[in-house]
Amino acid sequence: MRTRTFIIRRLLLLIPVLIGVSLFVFALTRISGNPAAAYIRENMSQEQIALIEEQFHVHDPIYIQYFYWFEGIVQGNWGYSKTSHIPVTDAIQTFFPATFELTLVSIGIAVVVGIALGTLSATKRNKPVDHATRLMALAGVSMPIFILALVLQNVFAYNLGWFPMIGREADYWHYVDKDITHYTGFLLVDSVLNLNWDRFSDAVWHIALPAVTLSFGTIAIITRIQRGSMLDVLNQDYVKTARSKGLPERVVIRKHARRNALIPTTTVVGLAFGGLLGGAVLTETIFAWPGLGLWSTSAISNNDWASIMGFTMISALIYVIVNLIVDVMYAYLDPRVRLE
Amino acid sequence: MANAEKEAVGKNNISTIGQLRKSLKPRIRELRFSLFLMRKSLMAIVGIVIVLSLVTIAILAPVLAPPPPNSRDPMIIPKDLEPPKPPGSPRPADLGGGTYIFGSGVMGIDVYYGLIWGARTSIYVSLYVVLIAVLIGLVLGAIAGFYGGKIDELLMRITDIFLSVPSLILAMAVVAVLSRSLENIMLALIVIWWPPYARIVRGQVLSIKENTYVEAARAVGAKKMRILFRHIVPNSLSPVLVNMTMDIGVVVLVAAGLSFIGFGPPSDYAEWGKMVADGHNYFLGTVPYPFPNGPDYNPYWIWVFPGLFIFLFVMGFNLLGDGLRDILDPRLRR
Repeated sequence: MRTRTFIIRRLLLLIPVLIGVSLFVFALTRISGNPAAAYIRENMSQEQIALIEEQFHVHDPIYIQYFYWFEGIVQGNWGYSKTSHIPVTDAIQTFFPATFELTLVSIGIAVVVGIALGTLSATKRNKPVDHATRLMALAGVSMPIFILALVLQNVFAYNLGWFPMIGREADYWHYVDKDITHYTGFLLVDSVLNLNWDRFSDAVWHIALPAVTLSFGTIAIITRIQRGSMLDVLNQDYVKTARSKGLPERVVIRKHARRNALIPTTTVVGLAFGGLLGGAVLTETIFAWPGLGLWSTSAISNNDWASIMGFTMISALIYVIVNLIVDVMYAYLDPRVRLE
Repeated sequence: MANAEKEAVGKNNISTIGQLRKSLKPRIRELRFSLFLMRKSLMAIVGIVIVLSLVTIAILAPVLAPPPPNSRDPMIIPKDLEPPKPPGSPRPADLGGGTYIFGSGVMGIDVYYGLIWGARTSIYVSLYVVLIAVLIGLVLGAIAGFYGGKIDELLMRITDIFLSVPSLILAMAVVAVLSRSLENIMLALIVIWWPPYARIVRGQVLSIKENTYVEAARAVGAKKMRILFRHIVPNSLSPVLVNMTMDIGVVVLVAAGLSFIGFGPPSDYAEWGKMVADGHNYFLGTVPYPFPNGPDYNPYWIWVFPGLFIFLFVMGFNLLGDGLRDILDPRLRR
């Protein structure tokens, strides 16, 4: 099957899944009771209350309510976020770049470090380096992300003062420097596009701790998978052939073994992305990173259903799309894989 | 006539017990071999030691940290309603006297007491969630894999839906609509935890049902349910077991995370995630000890010790799961 057909087919298959997610989310909003209740305050008149109830169609049967709700979702009316006092879709637009920047940087760190460590660990099998790496990987999957965040924050920000405690940029940028144009919403990219190096180094300085925190668990997962698949590949005949041709070990590892061992690792990166989105909630809460995660935790304490459900929907959407991209990449990396 | 029938039934019983013993024999032999392999694996031993010590702590909680005489619920941590005190400071007599071994936390809760009784909470939550999730996953996965067709398609699309939302976020959404309590965290975790098991079991059942011994069972006229639950399911359990062991740790990780962002039980309940969250509130501040004129301390003890216990708990079950996987994997076994 050609790649384009495959992508189209997979996109079509996403529709039932996303409808399923929406049904589930809708069920959750109705379990919590009257969805209009969250917006009704004490000093409202009967007419105002009726108006709000009208908006949520609470007097219609439940399946009609679902169709109205779903129509809103499709048309971009995701409700009103009590937490940030703007519509949910606007809130998502505002907070999404911060979260996406954080997850991309941490997945970058995780891929580079994880693949290097996994390869090293496999080539030095049962040597001290291997044991140390495996132990670290094990610690990485066992470490609660919020505790790692607290430890890093305490040591490197609170005690040593090398990094800022919280936030995405230093406060004074709000007052000093308003002329930076936000092309993408990613501070790291925008500052470079504006050729503003102070802003760039400030952004790097701020993202360092949260990104390292978030990447730690993913490093562990990638290291494990890379080590396993590298060990598999090193036993293959073509690696033996490469060695017996007299190729230097470095070339055998880099060109013959590691490239092929990367294939299973890519799938894990896609799956790990879901974990990153979840982990971002905890990391952002601790580092006060102004992203979707921080927004959703404050929504929780405000009983702001619309925001929580918007966050759930958008996470599902990102997650399935990332996994689709990974599947396509998988076929690209390994020509033996048939797209079906 | 009736006697003869009874006799026949009796004989039949004896022979089924004999059959059972006979059919269990190879399983017991394999179990012995597994135990032998486990003794040789250092990682698994360390895992078992950690797990057993935590279980011992949980069982011996009333001895290790006896609740004060006026306490109504031992899971509620006793408190002295004073600002946090560092480890080693004296504990009031009505809380049992002596010293605060790991300091005291928000509202003066005894951190040591919370750690000990929190082991009970963690074990209870993780076992409850994993066992029920496995049960649901096992039944649905086995049915989907065995019957195939429309049932399979329907069940797998349902698992697709659950697997397409990142698990922590799905759990957040579920607890958000329910009220905040430990029971609701458990419910949410069950909701997110069964689909992967259904997938695993289905995959196993699909491959196992093609085996010759299943065909043989069918050939001698065994009923479908008997084939499924006597021949197929027992043979598909080993990956489930490995996943269960590791998941017990992960459940505690996620439950603690949910509790940390504020879904958990109230502050004085013995639960580790909640205790870490308490420490986060004091994270930047200092508390003077003795209150109010003593030197300032940063109360790290409120979150470091519960954090360490969560880490150890998860690590223990991960080590054990890793060891089990090596032992139960037929390719690595011999």
